[in-house]
Amino acid sequence: MTTPAEFYERDRAWHPPAQTPIYKTSVTRSPQYALLSLQQSVSEITGPTFGHTDIDPLDRDLIHNYAKDGGSAIGERIILHGRVLDENARPIPNTLVEIWQANAGGRYRHKKDTYLAPIDPNFGGCGRTLTDENGHYYFRTVKPGAYPWRNYVNSWRPAHIHMSIFGTAFCQRLITQCYFEGDPLIERCPIVNTIPDMAAQGQLVAALDMNATIPLDTIAYKFDIVLRGRRSTMFENRLDGN
Amino acid sequence: MVQKLDYLKETPSQTAGPYVHIGLAPGAAGFDIYQQELGWDIAGPNAKGERIRVEGIVIDATGSPVKDVMLEAWQANSEGVYAHPESPGEVEEGFRGWGRVITDFETGEWGFDTIKPGPVAARAAMGGEVRPAADEELQDAYGRGHAGLRQMAPHINLWIVARGINIGLNTRIYFEDEAEANAEDPVMNLIEWERRRKTLIATRTLRDGLPVYRFDIKLQGEDETVFFDI
Ligand SMILES: [Fe+2]
Repeated sequence: MTTPAEFYERDRAWHPPAQTPIYKTSVTRSPQYALLSLQQSVSEITGPTFGHTDIDPLDRDLIHNYAKDGGSAIGERIILHGRVLDENARPIPNTLVEIWQANAGGRYRHKKDTYLAPIDPNFGGCGRTLTDENGHYYFRTVKPGAYPWRNYVNSWRPAHIHMSIFGTAFCQRLITQCYFEGDPLIERCPIVNTIPDMAAQGQLVAALDMNATIPLDTIAYKFDIVLRGRRSTMFENRLDGN
Repeated sequence: MVQKLDYLKETPSQTAGPYVHIGLAPGAAGFDIYQQELGWDIAGPNAKGERIRVEGIVIDATGSPVKDVMLEAWQANSEGVYAHPESPGEVEEGFRGWGRVITDFETGEWGFDTIKPGPVAARAAMGGEVRPAADEELQDAYGRGHAGLRQMAPHINLWIVARGINIGLNTRIYFEDEAEANAEDPVMNLIEWERRRKTLIATRTLRDGLPVYRFDIKLQGEDETVFFDI
């Protein structure tokens, strides 16, 4: 009989470091001291749980969840789907996945976004869902547009969807961004390039998934998400006080 | 050659960006989309213990407030039990222990209402240190007991994301009026530089009879907050 123990140590070299001068805002918002490494206690290996009473089934359909009666969002209709797995390649069921994004013109419905592209009256730009028993999730939305941002004078974000994922423990909490296969802006993006490892960058690019495409209706992209995995205890370990 | 380990790599983090509110607190972004937002009620109406408010500001290296932060809190109830199957014991109906709050766009102030958590077992729930529960002992979902281990002082776990933060920052809020427990706390004692420990201690005042704890977070510079790799 094996029981789950602590989570694998996070590979900090796979993630972006705190300070990345190419992404200018990070310069004054990055801790300079080394992080203090903690052996996990119950505070880290537990985390919030969510259920179907927390959300509405329509929340995962961004084409319709903010549309007026009979309307739908403007843009290239896409399905974004995939699985939430842990590092042991086991699916994580019933976990909350939340997304937010710009509309097809690259404009966010946010009072701080002043980009000249218009707001789509039928598009809110956020969605959420729980993974099913096999760890699968899917959203229906429109492909977001690229947009300019103030970093260098001529910086453009590649099309992307922001994603927030919980897992089962507070130490698995993750926010990331999903990009789309074939976008020439990805390799030019300072935020993508905060990630030092090219293979790690590639893990953030959703693949065009023709098998999941609905003919004459919606193009699909597949984006799997991996959260930290945990050790199993197969043997009695020594008691070590801390 | 050698066999390949078939572990997957964790998905890399990316900044939450300036518009995190759209996804995670859309009401604050200026629109009404969900029937209910998540994370505004941490303790629920039935929670026992002392009702408190926690407030603060996040400050960058220039000493300026950061006005586009989202913080998430994760805490035990007043008896030190988390709302999770691997925390032995039961929580009150409606107690979630999880909250989400954003900063005011003008001032950078954030705050949430909750109950003060109790002390929780230290380094517990790890297979190596947790044994089958004794009779009548509180058990977790695997029949393990955590009692008898050293305790951690009452604390609230925090996770902080914002534009310019490439990977979420973890820290803990401890309480000024728990000096004795804080002095014994194993995590606090891991901090080699004693003067840095106070960056984790929220100060307590009373406002109309309600205890209000102040917890300012410094991302960088003098008195930088202690952040953890958990
Ligand atoms: Fe964005």
